[in-house]
Amino acid sequence: MAQAVVARKEVKEQGPSRWMRIRATLGAWGFMSPATFLVLVFFFIPALILFYLSMTDLASHNFTANPFEWNFVGLENYVRMFNDKFFPKILANTFKYVVLTLGFFNVGLALVLALLTTNINRRASFFFRVLWLLPRITPSVVYIVMWRRFAQTPPHGIINWFLGLLGVEHQPYWLNEAPWLFVVLVNGFVGASFGMIIFTSAIEAIPKDLFTAAKVDGASTWQIIRDITLPLLKWPLLFVTTYQTLSLLVSFEYILLLTDGGPGLFTTEVWALTAYHRALRTYFGSHAWGYGAAWGFVLVVIGIVASIIYLRVFHFNELVQEPKIDVL
Amino acid sequence: MAAITFETERRYGLRRVVGQAIPYILLVISILPIVIGYAWVIIATFTYRTQGLIPVDAEGKFGGFTLQNWAFLKDPEIWRVTLNTFLIAIGMVIGVGFVSSLAGYALSRMNFTGRKAFLSLTLILHAFRPEMLLIAIFMVLLLIGGIPVLGKFFGYNTVGGVALVMISLDLPLGVWLMKGFFDNITWDMERSALIDGASRFRVWWEIIIPQIKPGIAALAIFNFISGWNAFLIPYTFTIGAKVSNLPVYLNRFSEDTSMVAWNQVAAVGLFSLIPVMIFFIFTQEALLNIYSGGAKGGV
Repeated sequence: MAQAVVARKEVKEQGPSRWMRIRATLGAWGFMSPATFLVLVFFFIPALILFYLSMTDLASHNFTANPFEWNFVGLENYVRMFNDKFFPKILANTFKYVVLTLGFFNVGLALVLALLTTNINRRASFFFRVLWLLPRITPSVVYIVMWRRFAQTPPHGIINWFLGLLGVEHQPYWLNEAPWLFVVLVNGFVGASFGMIIFTSAIEAIPKDLFTAAKVDGASTWQIIRDITLPLLKWPLLFVTTYQTLSLLVSFEYILLLTDGGPGLFTTEVWALTAYHRALRTYFGSHAWGYGAAWGFVLVVIGIVASIIYLRVFHFNELVQEPKIDVL
Repeated sequence: MAAITFETERRYGLRRVVGQAIPYILLVISILPIVIGYAWVIIATFTYRTQGLIPVDAEGKFGGFTLQNWAFLKDPEIWRVTLNTFLIAIGMVIGVGFVSSLAGYALSRMNFTGRKAFLSLTLILHAFRPEMLLIAIFMVLLLIGGIPVLGKFFGYNTVGGVALVMISLDLPLGVWLMKGFFDNITWDMERSALIDGASRFRVWWEIIIPQIKPGIAALAIFNFISGWNAFLIPYTFTIGAKVSNLPVYLNRFSEDTSMVAWNQVAAVGLFSLIPVMIFFIFTQEALLNIYSGGAKGGV
């Protein structure tokens, strides 16, 4: 049986269409070539270099751009990483950062915003949703300048100015007083809009009849949300949670600008920021590319594994189905 | 349908009004920090100093309006930096637009060996943020810098190199969006052109591209904004003002001086916000679409 299938396949491939198919494939790869080239040079090769780099002791004192001259040290960097005095602290920070930002903002607030904006006038809801895009499209440096200004000591800081109006005496430099609050707020205000947009379109896709029927039966707004809206948002919720977990795990730009891992030693230093600091921006001017690459490569592996898993969970095959239109 | 009013709605008129106002109140409160932040930038730009949101003069009294925060515009360096910023943004618009519309077309219209693999890869790369690869991309840029001629324009510490890295890292999203745009276009015109003997490239350029202009425009806006705002990549891969861009310049400006000149920082900030504001005011619909468009269909 198997042989017969193979035989038939061969006959088919020897047919006149074979040359056509090769030509079509070549033509298609002509269209694909610029993209393929860039993906190779800036994704594939860097991923391989990062892997190799993480097993060398490349640092400022023995730096050379030629990969063949790097010293291979095996898993030494990984051993060093797990034995780092601050490893538990950094791990805990990363966990704190991802869980708090995700829970309160990227999923929590995003869901609340979506529920609020779908319950008001359409024009107003559009206005608020667009307004929420502002943090995302503001240059990160300007955005952080605003937040640092919020946190300033009196008489300049905006939070303290408001506190002064309310008569509160305690007016510290808030970035030192509550660094984590600001790390979460700053990232959360950017992150919330992604979930908000997805949840909003998911809520708008729910048939209106369901809500009308519930209202006729006398359900309260809260009951409608709990028993109709939320159960139907199960997939979008799962999607936003997984997607944003991954992007929070590797993002560090706002923390770099806001606290740079401080105040003090490693107070808000997360995993991704550690990798960046070790390899590219050190406190002491000595770069440890090999060691930093080890920190980075762990995240790359987590990222790739997680994205493969969740692409399977989210019916990935439906997305890459055969094109409807084939070669003539 | 609309004529039906429920018993409860009539009886509790006041409660209903309050109930309807609650979402608005909550929404306004939640967005307040952002509005206040913007308000401060605008107020601070045109004043000597600010206390909270109140502009004050040297003696701490209300007033102190001035234009001297904009003195940085006389510095030739700012124009060099602005030009670099603009070049990176335009490079992204053209680069991502061109490369991803080519690849998106092939992925949408042709069935070829490796199609599924490439599409899967695009999705994974889209989900997987590339920040962690910066360490290794640094090495790649150094290697490119070693190539004669090419290295001068695209190596480490060049505007071209920064633009190239930014283009590549944005490709997965661009390709995915473009494929979606092409998928939505009917096949009829294209097929008749192909039957009449037009080449695939000509069909792509003369028939398909004009049909997805709105999509290309949306992607261009998105790319212009992310290119204009780029901080991490220029910050990591450039040294000195000759090749830096506005966010990097602003960052140095706000860090260098021990007593930060906040109001001048605000002025530079507002200067770099101009294009963002223009797009924000005139293309809101496209912005919302692009930020959700990348997410539709699961990714």
